[in-house]
Amino acid sequence: MVMETKKTKLNLAIYWGAACGGCCVSVLDVHELLFDVVAAADLVFWPIALDTKYKDVEMMPDGFIDLALYNGAVRNSENEHIAKLLRKKSKILVAYGSCSHLGGIPGLANLSSKEALFSRVYEETESTVNPLKVRPVPEYEVPEGNLEIPVFYNDVRALKDVVDVDFFIPGCPPQTERLVEVFMAIANSRPLPPKGSVIGAGEKAQCDDCSRKKTENKKISRFYRPWEVEDDGVTCFMEQGVICMGPATRSGCGHRCINGNSPCRGCYGPTADAIDPGAKMMSAIASVIDEKDPEGIEQVLEGLVDPAGTFYRFSLPSAIIRRNIK
Amino acid sequence: MEFKPQIIAFLCKWCSYTGADLAGTSRIKYGSRVRNIRVLCSGRIEPTFVLQAFKKGADGVLICGCHPGDCHYQEGNYRCLRRYMLLQHYIQQMGIEKDRLKLEWISASEGKQFADLVDAFTERIKELGPTRIPAAIESYS
Repeated sequence: MVMETKKTKLNLAIYWGAACGGCCVSVLDVHELLFDVVAAADLVFWPIALDTKYKDVEMMPDGFIDLALYNGAVRNSENEHIAKLLRKKSKILVAYGSCSHLGGIPGLANLSSKEALFSRVYEETESTVNPLKVRPVPEYEVPEGNLEIPVFYNDVRALKDVVDVDFFIPGCPPQTERLVEVFMAIANSRPLPPKGSVIGAGEKAQCDDCSRKKTENKKISRFYRPWEVEDDGVTCFMEQGVICMGPATRSGCGHRCINGNSPCRGCYGPTADAIDPGAKMMSAIASVIDEKDPEGIEQVLEGLVDPAGTFYRFSLPSAIIRRNIK
Repeated sequence: MEFKPQIIAFLCKWCSYTGADLAGTSRIKYGSRVRNIRVLCSGRIEPTFVLQAFKKGADGVLICGCHPGDCHYQEGNYRCLRRYMLLQHYIQQMGIEKDRLKLEWISASEGKQFADLVDAFTERIKELGPTRIPAAIESYS
């Protein structure tokens, strides 16, 4: 692909909140197209690759950044501060990747609480030696002055729950080709979809264009973990008794997992018409269980060890019941 | 002040809603804190309905359908049962008491049973006290 000519360069910012770094790497997966990206844009802020300081961003005029990609969830005060800062400084703010879109894997921490996490990490783990029960505090006085670290929040939030978001690019990580399409559309001032749209993905479910063989008669009498099944590489995972999030997951990823003979885990989030991804999946799963009496059903359900973690793996902070309420 | 629970009941049109109607036409008195919502079939009740009810402040959610084998659409109540059982696993993981969600079969002739069910369920919800769900998910900390 050759970059179409453009007069002025865009200012591009990429930030990671509570993220694993995979989204930033997915940006690098543009490979040699990176030269086209750099020809069209100046990277003004990208912590994983550049040594720009937060205060440099703070000094930028409002709206200075043309496109900001925020990946990662909002877990602490630093994430929140940069989310708000980038919102102020950017014309277009994109929630990039599952964590930013819906809360992602870090969002599973909402099954627990800050207190439970801290006591596990700083006191209870088998490898912890902490007789004084020292825990991190946001501010600490030392002779040299005041030390500060970000405040750890009780709730993990998706970006939209903190600031106004223009677009969402789903995926863990998003498919790089989709990012390039979106970037080129902005670089060439092509019309963009309405604000709040999920871009770089389909509208329908994974199953709609899945290449695996499906029959109408889906009946499950036992759930299997993927390693318990000798996958034939052809038959629908659900028909083999393996949980596949395809029925409740937005298409557009190119079936990377399924083509790699692994069931869908749901990183692209719910389809356009679903309010709650996990509820949709629970509805679909319950329909295919081949039992009618409570005991039989219970036995099948025992094979589902972690419903919340399975059905809301990437979306718990955006679910109807967005955290453990205890 | 006495706690007055908000209870949402999803009733299938063919059996349970008719049963609830029978309770009314038979002038049987039962707990007034229940809001009956008629659905075409208990198989129509998606987990989303139940979770939305909880999110919006329901202290308890009751689901009623035709007795096994009696579904007007043959299979609907079995689907409902499976969804209900899966939902039970899920809501307990989310810290919601299992007794806040209940499934019972009520036929069109069981007006009395429906009234008794509502009374017993209302009592149980009163014991559990007001829901904590909206407060826990409305604000971030």
